[in-house]
Amino acid sequence: MGKDLLGLEHATAEEIEGILVTAEAMKEVLGRDIKKVPTLRGKSMVCLFYEPSTRTRTSFELAGKYLSMDTVNIAVNTSSVAKGECLIDTGKTIEAMGVDVVVIRHGSAGAPHFLAQNISAAVINAGDGQHEHPTQALLDMFSILEAKGRLDNLEVAVIGDIMYSRVARSNIWGLCKMGATVKVFGPPTLIPPDIEKMGAHVCTTFDEALEGTDVINVLRIQRERQGSALFPSLREYAMLYGVNEKRLQKAKKDVLILHPGPVNRGIEISPEVMESGRAVITEQVTNGVAVRMALLYLLIQGGN
Amino acid sequence: MSILIQNGRIIDPVTGLDEKSDILIEGDTIRKVAPNLPVPEQAEIIDAQNCIVTAGLMDMHVHLREPGYEAQEDIESGSLAAAHGGFTAVACMANTNPVVDNAAVVRAILLRAAEAGHCRVYPIGSITKGLEGKELAEIGDMVEAGIKAVSDDGKPVKDSSVMRNGLLYAKALGIPVISHCEDSDLSTGGSMNEGYYSTALGLRGIPAAAEEIMVARDCILAEATGAKLHIAHVSTAGSVRIIREAKARGVCVTCEAAPHHFSLTDENLVGYDTNLKVNPPLRSKSDVEAVIEGLQDGTIDVIASDHAPHTREAKEVEFDYAPFGISGIETELALVVTNLIQPGYLDWMQALKKLSVAPAEILGIPLSGIREGSRADLTVLDPNLERKVDVNLFKSKGKNSPFNGRVLKGWATATIYGGKLTAGKAWNKQHKS
Repeated sequence: MGKDLLGLEHATAEEIEGILVTAEAMKEVLGRDIKKVPTLRGKSMVCLFYEPSTRTRTSFELAGKYLSMDTVNIAVNTSSVAKGECLIDTGKTIEAMGVDVVVIRHGSAGAPHFLAQNISAAVINAGDGQHEHPTQALLDMFSILEAKGRLDNLEVAVIGDIMYSRVARSNIWGLCKMGATVKVFGPPTLIPPDIEKMGAHVCTTFDEALEGTDVINVLRIQRERQGSALFPSLREYAMLYGVNEKRLQKAKKDVLILHPGPVNRGIEISPEVMESGRAVITEQVTNGVAVRMALLYLLIQGGN
Repeated sequence: MSILIQNGRIIDPVTGLDEKSDILIEGDTIRKVAPNLPVPEQAEIIDAQNCIVTAGLMDMHVHLREPGYEAQEDIESGSLAAAHGGFTAVACMANTNPVVDNAAVVRAILLRAAEAGHCRVYPIGSITKGLEGKELAEIGDMVEAGIKAVSDDGKPVKDSSVMRNGLLYAKALGIPVISHCEDSDLSTGGSMNEGYYSTALGLRGIPAAAEEIMVARDCILAEATGAKLHIAHVSTAGSVRIIREAKARGVCVTCEAAPHHFSLTDENLVGYDTNLKVNPPLRSKSDVEAVIEGLQDGTIDVIASDHAPHTREAKEVEFDYAPFGISGIETELALVVTNLIQPGYLDWMQALKKLSVAPAEILGIPLSGIREGSRADLTVLDPNLERKVDVNLFKSKGKNSPFNGRVLKGWATATIYGGKLTAGKAWNKQHKS
């Protein structure tokens, strides 16, 4: 692996495979009574989050702690960033304190790249604007692998707001590299231009998105997009794009349902589907910790 | 004080002259144009062997930032940068602070430019007060003070009735309206061209339609009013097509293209270099091809830099937060030579026309060209000189160039403004012997 993980667009299939295989071993650690291993003792990680997050930040923090890292969270609104410090100076300040890994979430695409160019610590992208969220895609792939035993020759449908979704982009890059077929479906106003060139097939009907599909990755709809002329109402969104039992009758019996969370119950996905046994939404959260442990291990050990 | 330019190939788009000749300058005037002129005693000599000598270049679209944003550029540094880029005249945009919306600011700019003395500076006034797009600025008073055009560049006039009134009013005063064409509802939040690369990079896109809708609107308004319209920085294939059609119908419209719009595409944004963030954004390959075609068939009359200097701290931020703009006047000529003349898209006469005669005609500025008795505004350029762009050598305060580190061919080696050498070197006869 390189110094950083900024996205999956430029990752190789071997690198992704390496992370997923290592994550399997890490998941075993998570199942133990005493979950702490000394692997990364003496290493430190800062989570620098410019956007609110519960699960991703906690997941990174615990992943580091289970590997015996020292971890610190910087909540941006209480830090000197609120005094007007720019990203480059914040990054250099953190680095000067001897930090090995900076995990950054930022509302602006490319911010992790900009940080990585300016500091020598490893940078992990925990979501940048509508660009990439590589660890989410890695945990999605790990969850699919667990349930299906493979990634190649699977059909995965990503459904919802593709335009503003970094999860969708990282899923498309990662899954295509691993030999899966990716279909996307959502309101036409939320399909970004030329997404086919990334390797995804754009479906025009829900039935097309379901046909032959092994995995459905349901994206969260941002409530604040309502009223922006992108779609009329959450009610109509649920009607036309929500994943519910009735719709799933047309899907394969063993279709796997993923959702990156947090869920808008009854809007993009119905509670019945969430509880149907086909959905692995809480398992994804556990896998997220395992995948992030694997990534931290590989980035830091690779650097040594 | 006299200057003798020896052995240059004169290509003068004003007179159409293309021949090898010497030029003798005395004071601020061209005294003789003939081959093998004798060297006068006290003359400074410019050896123009293998060089082209042309009428002083003009850039009709620059931002000098003064008054108000002197950390980015001021009239002294900006006009010196222009001289080093080979220019003897620039027209500067009105989006300063205070805005150039009254005669007092126009006079202040002219005064500062005269003090600096590096090139002619023609102020452009705003169409509307404070660039707010609501009330017309005192355009008549500004014309008397010396503006050559009006423009709300950087902030498009959204209200079509205000734009129409601006065109009617400017027409009566005999000056053109320069339009920055952008439908701000369509472009809001965007920081690069909308297309595959905005999708892949996760940046909000600015669709081609945002520009083209306003180009179409303004062509319609120009046709309806009979006013002189000049479209700034044309960047899309659709804009070129709309303007081509309007010209064919006889609409009084002209337009310009910036060097970055025929040199770079949105693919260059991979890596998030904020020096590539510019408005209108770098477009697709087919748009670049259409811009070059427009330059070839004459649809695009002018090449202008849209020189937009910014501070380092403003550009060294996240892509979304960086301001739009490229510091372009010092690489403009080299980009024209490297990307238009070398590949054979334009010949020298065509290209130089777009850098002098065409902007002067649009702004109503008479040029007398390279002939005896003319004012000595001249540019000497070496078409074969290869040099790596180094922003640290820029005279502009704005080091925000995406071309930093690139080797370009064809640079100005001397600029003469009113008989005075404003950039480059000359030799004294005594020193030489």
